[in-house]
Amino acid sequence: MAQTIETHGGADLRPSGLRGVAADFSSDQRAFKTASWGKAMMWIFLLSDTFVFGCFLIAYMTARISTPVPWPNPSEVFALHIGGQDVPLILIAIMTFVLISSSGTMAMAVNFGYRRDRRTTAVLMLLTALLGACFVGMQAFEWTKLITEGVRPWENPWGAAQFGSTFFMITGFHGTHVTIGVIFLLIVARKVWRGDFDAERRGFFTSRKGRYEAVEIMGLYWHFVDLVWVFIFAFFYLW
Amino acid sequence: MSETTAHAQVQTAHAQAHSGQQHPIGLYFFVWGLLFVLSAASYMVDYLGVQSYLRWTLILVFMMLKAGLIVAVFMHMAWERLALVYAILLPPLLVLVFVALMVSEADYTIFTRLAFFGAGP
Repeated sequence: MAQTIETHGGADLRPSGLRGVAADFSSDQRAFKTASWGKAMMWIFLLSDTFVFGCFLIAYMTARISTPVPWPNPSEVFALHIGGQDVPLILIAIMTFVLISSSGTMAMAVNFGYRRDRRTTAVLMLLTALLGACFVGMQAFEWTKLITEGVRPWENPWGAAQFGSTFFMITGFHGTHVTIGVIFLLIVARKVWRGDFDAERRGFFTSRKGRYEAVEIMGLYWHFVDLVWVFIFAFFYLW
Repeated sequence: MSETTAHAQVQTAHAQAHSGQQHPIGLYFFVWGLLFVLSAASYMVDYLGVQSYLRWTLILVFMMLKAGLIVAVFMHMAWERLALVYAILLPPLLVLVFVALMVSEADYTIFTRLAFFGAGP
């Protein structure tokens, strides 16, 4: 009888803690009891993406440790000349704040989505997309600036040659993720605005009825992009 | 009486489980503010030119705090079942083993470069 309660009971009847982990995984059913397949799959995708970025950062670490040539000082490389003096790393700091703000608006969008307030949700998602586009724009500016200063994947004027290749690789992949996120945001925002999740309209690709959980799953991806930036900011720009 | 209360609680829990992740909006604003403060703090580490071990410690502390807040609150990990939390958060820890391997490998590379080619590249 206890078995029946564990496997078929409501969320409130399931054991918690480590006993809960054992019960969930040994239930001969889906292991993630309260997460839908869409959310679980997004998490697993993000886990795999963690490994991708993990490998990039490890490659960067290996290159930086093993080169006898001094590593260029990111504080000076990414400084901007504002008001007659060099402000260190200012563009990167602004980019960080823009991305964190977009994470904040995304969290709000998820919240309003579950309140079924479709207009506010859509507006907040569009705001998130706008901030994301701003971020990509600033990254394009940063790339242009560095390229005109002579940074290439195989050389740069300040020190270790690997600086260019790791920079373009890591920020390039992150920028690609942000760009895909902006497109993803615009698609989901359109669905929300049109009321697809209220009218249970079927999706053009999967022919399934959508729910407001789609906004939360979209949010997981967006927060992950912000999360990766936290690590890039710490290891590449500040270290 | 207590039975009725328990029943009501079960029903509330049920309702919450079915309406998805719904948390007070003030919590999001609070975390948002904290992330801003932590980002500003990590930028100040560079701006003030803190160096060496203090710099690396501060960078790592601010980084882990920011990452923890984003995952726990913005990505709702704090309210998920422990089975999902462990399935997603434990595997990345293995990356640390990879880091340790590559630190040792890179140390060996720089050692051979210096030993056989002098200080040149």
